[in-house]
Amino acid sequence: MIGQSGLSGDASALSTLPAGQHAIIDSLQGEHGFRSRVANLGFTTGATVTVVQNYGHGPMLVALRGTLVALGRAEAAHVLVRAGEPDSP
Amino acid sequence: MTYCHNPGDGSPPAANTGELSAALIGQPNVGKSTIFNMLTGLNQHVGNWPGKTVEQKTGIYRQNGTSVNLVDLPGTYSLTANSEEERVARDYLIVGRPDVVVAIVNAASLERNLYLVAELLSLPQPLVLGLNMADVARQHGILVDTPALSASLGLPVVEVVATRNQGVRELMDEAVHLAANLDGWSPNRPTIRPEHGPVLAAVQALIHGLTPSAYPEDWVALKLLEGDSEITAMVRQSLPPDAWDRLHSMLMQHEDAYLDIAGGRYEWIGRIMRAAVTRRRSGAVSLTERLDKVATHPIGGLVALLAMFGLVFWVTYAIATPIASWLSSQVLGTLDTIAASLLAGAPSWLSGLVTGGLIHGVGTVFTFLPILIIFFAVLGILEDVGYLARGAYVMDRFMHLMGLHGKSFLPLFLGFGCNVPAVLGARIIEDRRARYLTILLAPLVPCTARLAVLAFLTPAFFPEQAALVSFSLVALNLLLLAAAGVLVNRLAFHGDHSAFIMELPLYHIPNPRTVGLYVWNNTVGFVRKAGSLILIASMAVWALSTLPGRGLNQSLLAGMGRALEPVGRSMGLSDWRMIVALLASFFAKENTIATLGILYGASATSGTLAQQVAIALTPASRLAYLVVLLLFIPCLATVATIRQETGSWRWVTASVLLLLVICLAAGVLVYQAGLAVS
Repeated sequence: MIGQSGLSGDASALSTLPAGQHAIIDSLQGEHGFRSRVANLGFTTGATVTVVQNYGHGPMLVALRGTLVALGRAEAAHVLVRAGEPDSP
Repeated sequence: MTYCHNPGDGSPPAANTGELSAALIGQPNVGKSTIFNMLTGLNQHVGNWPGKTVEQKTGIYRQNGTSVNLVDLPGTYSLTANSEEERVARDYLIVGRPDVVVAIVNAASLERNLYLVAELLSLPQPLVLGLNMADVARQHGILVDTPALSASLGLPVVEVVATRNQGVRELMDEAVHLAANLDGWSPNRPTIRPEHGPVLAAVQALIHGLTPSAYPEDWVALKLLEGDSEITAMVRQSLPPDAWDRLHSMLMQHEDAYLDIAGGRYEWIGRIMRAAVTRRRSGAVSLTERLDKVATHPIGGLVALLAMFGLVFWVTYAIATPIASWLSSQVLGTLDTIAASLLAGAPSWLSGLVTGGLIHGVGTVFTFLPILIIFFAVLGILEDVGYLARGAYVMDRFMHLMGLHGKSFLPLFLGFGCNVPAVLGARIIEDRRARYLTILLAPLVPCTARLAVLAFLTPAFFPEQAALVSFSLVALNLLLLAAAGVLVNRLAFHGDHSAFIMELPLYHIPNPRTVGLYVWNNTVGFVRKAGSLILIASMAVWALSTLPGRGLNQSLLAGMGRALEPVGRSMGLSDWRMIVALLASFFAKENTIATLGILYGASATSGTLAQQVAIALTPASRLAYLVVLLLFIPCLATVATIRQETGSWRWVTASVLLLLVICLAAGVLVYQAGLAVS
């Protein structure tokens, strides 16, 4: 699974994942106000996130907890994720 | 209420005359406003929260003989003070103490929506749930079992289809019933994870009896643990220094508790979801996904956005302009005739004031109404459909160049309607720096009034290429906006940027009632402004153009215009009347036409006003005049709003100077370039 997904066991930034990649949120970085906001939006440890759009520059789109969320590149870099598969439907 | 610190006056709305008060709350994009509009219709009041810059909507309606005072709280993701909206919503719930809270959730994004419900359940207010968009959810293969949801939450849950007004009355029946029968109401409240139980209890023990009485202590303790800045500041003021020190060190040790608390709420939500929601794989790619393939594409999305703008202009030219000119010829003509016969025996100054000042001034402004209405309608539809968030996403990379992010796009886009809501709309941006920069740039967005002036003059100035010229001018305007943004960000803010994170709602069919009320509220707001400010300005312009009574060419206004003629000549504007019309646009942009009407109307012999103005100018001066009109300093109302929102005259001065410099420079450059080409 790890080799297939391209994610190592270590946490990496959400902004580095290609479109279609599933991952599990590991931790949040940045100042408290930012972390609190994203946590309220569902970016909590253990949540599954799927990258919907990532062109390698500019903002990206992720699917999280049943909704589509637009995230700036710098913000996505503050969300650390590790390898994981989506919950079964 | 006796408490020492009030963190953001959450006093109840003024119109509290109902027998029962109910608050509508929900995350953005759940159809909450549609439900509010269904219930209250035109019987609603739109204002501001006391001392706040957040819009407040209240309305009264009757439910089975009970008069219900309904408050539409601003859309909010949580009750943590991350934005002004969230502070307003929770202050109203805590201090305003509504009899019942009605939370609206979107069935298609139930998991995220239940987060707010989890937060609401840590407050004591009785709560009922309206499950909206279950039909949309079904199309996406999400089936919500309403009785199971109700059972697992321990709350009354009513399925509603807000856009078709289904279930709304039943939902409010439940709310009224619950407010009157609280015995036996025991919702399933989320609890904190066991490992944080002791510290929560310790925090609560420390603040016991010391916090403002309106605030439940267990809730304050929870918010302290979450690191809520506003509640922390409130408690700090209420606590003796030694108690605060102990509390502070305790909180510092559990700095990461916020993540566990949020995670705990989502675990609680997960249990409810498993009990009440089943998912089927929906075979077909949803409409939203298909539309988003284009709308969120870096290039396709930009093309779509430009096409949308083009469409707006086309609709405005095709529908509004003919109506406006019909109004101007028919209605104003009729009014003139009536006034002339009524004032036949009156002194000449009075009939002059009425026909020259009143009718030609304000009357001309009212011919802009069709343009305004269509603009607000298109904007309301785009917002209701869910497109504006896509626009923000696509624009994010460009806004970044200016040190802004996609969210600034929304208020700036509002600026196309009117710069006043653009400045006000900057409130959605949490970051102060980005908010101020957005406010500074907002007047550079060509508002409806300026676009209407453009739409009025361009067809006469450039009959062959009216649409092309208008489009190019607006494009130039937007390029200048971008350039100003880059420059100001570099110079004043050292190139910083702020966080961009927003939800993209599912597309849905716009609701005519929601759009209609949006148009109505905005148009009425404009007419009110026009009724007072512009009326005064028009009569002042008439007076200035008449006094001291030796004819127009010897008037005070002519004097001002002539004094500025050297500046005007550098842009090919050698006629003082055009400079006067430009000056008058400070009072309100649409005054330009009213003033031109007065100044040229006085010497009019034949032809329409715009054509008369066109005859007086060379093509290069015409172009320069349009540019200068588009970029001239913000109008009086915008200046007043900037002052209100920034609380500083420095920002007002900066904003006015910025536009003045840009306007003069662009005017001269365009004129000189025009001369060179022709």
